[in-house]
Amino acid sequence: MASNSSSDRQRIAQQRLRIIAGHLQGPVDSDSTILAAECKAQGSKTDVSSERKTVPRRRQEILKWNGWGYNDTRFLFNKKGQAEFTGKRYRLSGMIIPALQNWFEGTFGASMQHKSPAMPILTSSAVQPPTLNEAFVDELKSTGIPFSHDAEDRVFRGHGHCLHEVFALREGKVGRVPDIVVWPNCHNDVVKIVELACKHNVCLIPYGGGTSVSSALECPPEETRCIVSLDTSQMNRILWIDEKNLTAHVEAGIVGQELERLLNESGYCTGHEPDSMEFSSLGGWVATRASGMKKNIYGNIEDLVVHVKMVTPQGVIEKGCQCPRMSTGPDIHHFIMGSEGTLGVVTEVTMKIRPMPEYQKYGSVVFPNFEQGVACLREVAKQRCAPASIRLMDNEQFKFGHALKPQVSSIFTSFLDGLKKFYITKFKGFDPDRLCVATLLFEGDREKVLQHEKQVYDIAAKFGGLAAGEDNGQRGYMLTFVIAYLRDLGMDYYVIGESFETSVPWDRVLDICRNVKARIIQECKDKGVQFSPLSTCRVTQTYDAGACVYFYFAFNYRGLSDPVHVYEQVEHAAREEILANGGSLSHHHGVGKLRKEWMRETISDVGMGMLKSVKNYVDPKNIFGNRNLI
Amino acid sequence: MTNTYRDSGRAGLENAEEFVDMLEKRRCSSDLGHALRTYSPSPYEGALSCSTADLNKAVLESQYLRYVTKEIATETGSSVEDVRQEVCRILEEMSQNLQLGSIRLMAYTLTKVLKRLFTGIFVNMEGLNMLQQAIQESPVILMPNHRSYVDFLVISYILFTYDIPLPVIAAGIPLAGMKMVGEILRRSGAFFIRRAIGSDKLYWAVLSEYVKTIVRKGFAPLEFYVEGLRSRTLKSQIPKLGMMHMVLEPYFKGEVYDITLVPISISYDRVLEESLLAHELLGIPKPKESTTGLLKATKVLQEDYGNMHVNFGRPMSVRRLCQGKINRGQYNLIPRDLPQKPSAETQACVSGLANLMVRIQEEGSLISPWSLMACLLLQAPTTVLTQEGLLWHQLTEKTLWLRKLALDFGARLNWPGQVPDLDVMSSTVTLHRSVVHLKAGRVYLVREEEPARKHPISPELDVIRTAAAVLMLASYRNQSLHVFVRPAMLATAIRVTKSAQRDELFAFFCFLRDIFSNEFIFIPGKSSQDFEEACFLLNKCGAVDISEQEVIVSDARLEVLSFLQALLQPFIHSYQVMFRYLCEDGVNMFTEKQVLPAVRNLATKLILSGELHTYEALSSDTQKNVLSALQRLETVTKLRESEQNEYRVNKAAVRRIGDILSGEISPQMLQTTPDAKL
Repeated sequence: MASNSSSDRQRIAQQRLRIIAGHLQGPVDSDSTILAAECKAQGSKTDVSSERKTVPRRRQEILKWNGWGYNDTRFLFNKKGQAEFTGKRYRLSGMIIPALQNWFEGTFGASMQHKSPAMPILTSSAVQPPTLNEAFVDELKSTGIPFSHDAEDRVFRGHGHCLHEVFALREGKVGRVPDIVVWPNCHNDVVKIVELACKHNVCLIPYGGGTSVSSALECPPEETRCIVSLDTSQMNRILWIDEKNLTAHVEAGIVGQELERLLNESGYCTGHEPDSMEFSSLGGWVATRASGMKKNIYGNIEDLVVHVKMVTPQGVIEKGCQCPRMSTGPDIHHFIMGSEGTLGVVTEVTMKIRPMPEYQKYGSVVFPNFEQGVACLREVAKQRCAPASIRLMDNEQFKFGHALKPQVSSIFTSFLDGLKKFYITKFKGFDPDRLCVATLLFEGDREKVLQHEKQVYDIAAKFGGLAAGEDNGQRGYMLTFVIAYLRDLGMDYYVIGESFETSVPWDRVLDICRNVKARIIQECKDKGVQFSPLSTCRVTQTYDAGACVYFYFAFNYRGLSDPVHVYEQVEHAAREEILANGGSLSHHHGVGKLRKEWMRETISDVGMGMLKSVKNYVDPKNIFGNRNLI
Repeated sequence: MTNTYRDSGRAGLENAEEFVDMLEKRRCSSDLGHALRTYSPSPYEGALSCSTADLNKAVLESQYLRYVTKEIATETGSSVEDVRQEVCRILEEMSQNLQLGSIRLMAYTLTKVLKRLFTGIFVNMEGLNMLQQAIQESPVILMPNHRSYVDFLVISYILFTYDIPLPVIAAGIPLAGMKMVGEILRRSGAFFIRRAIGSDKLYWAVLSEYVKTIVRKGFAPLEFYVEGLRSRTLKSQIPKLGMMHMVLEPYFKGEVYDITLVPISISYDRVLEESLLAHELLGIPKPKESTTGLLKATKVLQEDYGNMHVNFGRPMSVRRLCQGKINRGQYNLIPRDLPQKPSAETQACVSGLANLMVRIQEEGSLISPWSLMACLLLQAPTTVLTQEGLLWHQLTEKTLWLRKLALDFGARLNWPGQVPDLDVMSSTVTLHRSVVHLKAGRVYLVREEEPARKHPISPELDVIRTAAAVLMLASYRNQSLHVFVRPAMLATAIRVTKSAQRDELFAFFCFLRDIFSNEFIFIPGKSSQDFEEACFLLNKCGAVDISEQEVIVSDARLEVLSFLQALLQPFIHSYQVMFRYLCEDGVNMFTEKQVLPAVRNLATKLILSGELHTYEALSSDTQKNVLSALQRLETVTKLRESEQNEYRVNKAAVRRIGDILSGEISPQMLQTTPDAKL
């Protein structure tokens, strides 16, 4: 057993490395505009990582400037009209996806003939020259902290991944962007930068992984001061690991996959895996109250954090000990978590870690309809036996997932697929236009996983569910990884879309799913969208008292004069519908500037007053001036 | 046009060609074949199939009923199990059991009966097509008006014929008591509701959960009469809100995405129950619903009732109708299953919608030549009708004039186009020979045969005899009242106030609207729209000129104003009689049972003495309406502790209202601002 488990662990470690490795080959920094005089991180002697891989300062060298993810990875339709996923990074990379074109054309009424390509390169003339605060720049130079006011660097940090942001970039349109980008290398660098910013009254906007989908990174157009983007990406070390208490002290700029990779090398993990973990940063998670796919075992970010250090205009805020729980008035961590960069910069975090799981197993269950599926998830939550992850995709998303099946190599596999389909639809009488699928991920020691698996499948059976194999499950999770790449493909063919999320009490789950999807379809129709949109959802997390629901929505915008405006109106209507149906403003994406208008009704007048008075005390001059949240 | 609902209610009915006579096919093919036709409707896409047992189980197991059961058990001290048993009993009494077999049987019988009764049953195909579409998209509520017992299954019959999912229908419990028929109706989709539920909390809860579950599940359209009861006067009735609340709640609570309301207007050339209704209004009770009664009524089968028009209105989305009026988030902080009173906002919205539906039913109904003639006949002195007779050519000329006016006012007429106008009118009179007859160029009112006896009948009885005939005539006039009522109120305001000032006229108009709030349908809070509409219509037909400040009578078309004023006279006079009674010395506290015969006596006396000219003052319906209006104006108050519906009257206030109505004092004297209360 022991040898078995250690080989399993090795296998998993390798697998993880394979998935993650090579994502971030940091090319040698050779930008002459950057003053490279790195400070030494404190405790770097105990730096556990053997091999340092960082996101480079010039992100554009490996990442797209006007789309999602890596430069070398994208979907395209080849000359034969077949969809292909380029690059080598993912399981799906280099594969042909035969069904995608049909699904794409059928779902959106799109056509291979009608392309809407993006501007290939950024014209520097589109970018306004920086507004520089000379005194600040002079003093910053003297600290030796690297910075840049190169147009590309600035543009890259002026946006997140909201549809309107990416759409504008593809058209080569650039609004207000930061004037300077600065790369602190450690906590002390940040302290210096914040001091200088206060002294010279410049506006600071923290930047982590840049994966925001709440307009949080947008520079407020009314901001007249010099805006400095504080890019934490170079603060990416694990400073120590405490094996006695199972915690790790980590710099906040580290991105998810890097954190896991480094911890895995020591046999640990955090288990925190938001869908954006390839690019999003620890500091970003804390600042937005992030949630991970496997929260059922490991918890959300608020459960994982033991200690946080944040630099504010008033100084550094942190607790005096690393205790598991305290009764010392309101938890100051809750001022920090979800503050969305309005109060300061998170620089270092102590996080819980866990030994890497010995065994992982995917699974899936098909239900005759969504109602039954939700009933099953509710029962699983009631019995508190949810696996590491359990997600229920609706019929549309199930079909979407199916369209992403790579070409099968053998006739035998396709024969088997046909047989499965026959069994489910004909023999079991499932309506192919109603059935839906739950994807599962179990984690732990092998025996317990198998036992757990049986328990969950038994519950599922009570709700008419049929086990549908590991493959379907795994593909479901892959979908969330590549969905953002797919959006870029859509945008090449007049299709725009976005995802958004909410959390809602159990008794409302079905209602909110139905109503929000229907509202999207109706709004699109009312706004003159020619072809019925893709409007789909999944129940993506379960809690004792409710669930998190995730919506995708996309449509073909041919014939619309202002597609982004239409898109925004529909998204706005969808959010109104969510709130009217008892859903939350956000489960994990945050508020940013996109959802600010609903904050007052969400947290009450007094709540707003509390947040504002904290802001006024901590940052009276609005140095952290991204104007998110309140 | 200020009224947006005008167009929405109208399913493109401008030309009568869109109406198809569905009996035509039945007359030339096998009835049995029709009853056994392949029936494969497309139901609501979101619905899962739901049997009677499933439905009842869902209701029984609902969290809401569990709460209420527990609550009632605690209140009454009985065990939860006992209360649950009671719930089961209520549910059993209530529940429908829709079965296709019964529908086929019903279709077969109805074909036979309908062919016999009616010349044609005209249905607007466009409305049906829209309904078919709407049914697939969301749960549908069919909302017909209720003018005759025939209404009851006719909608189901039409839907069966055109392959549309059959509705479950809210029916009054007396129908369930009929031997055989009750069960047949149950199997045809009827579910039964007790009358006067009042404060029976448990019954109320079961009914509301039952209705809500039907709407939520969406497996069949739900049909109910928003007017509550069959109208005895053929006039629309003030909608009842209880059922409307139940039907709409699933939308307010987000349990369905949307609900579609389909107003349906059924118009009869001649109503089967015409004389029965008139007698009921005079205090002669209606026979109890029973199967033998039904069989006895077969003599009505011998007669001709002309045509029936069923107009399916445009399906209306509750979501759109409620936009900006309802905050659905109001249920976010409490479990939605918890029993709770609807908020003021919700009540206002529901009441507005219910009234709107009735207005659309009115707009969608077809007005027959006979109804126009009835308007005119009633404006002749009663003695002329009973003794000298009204000149036929005068009547026909006036009728054609009125047809023009009605069209100007946007009415939808059912006036055959291919036949000469004179023939239309004379065949109309023939159809209604139970009410009038034409002899030697004169038209006479038909009164019931005098019973052969030695002594001549008493003058009081003679009044009742005439009144029965007049009330029949009046109910046919009522079919077209909604077309004229707003301009008629303005015309009355002009006459009474003798003013041309808009604001003065508007004040009096609003006063009339309050006084008549139970007589005619007005959408709450829309008094200025109603006033604007009245001005617009009077101006359109050339009766007045409108300026920013003034409404000036134009001398060219005084006959329009005098016709409209005369149209409202019977109501005004009847109301005055009622006011007069209430101000009499002996009257302080009274019950409804006492007041109706007493007022009838007073009115009879006044008619005999020649002081009162309208026999309509004898109608119990009018009297009840006055009581309700006065209650609403808080001049009459219902005593809470009283079991027998006792009322107390504020004489000074009633007198004031009477004085305003006769123009002696201005409406500002009414201290309350009534519109705010509506």
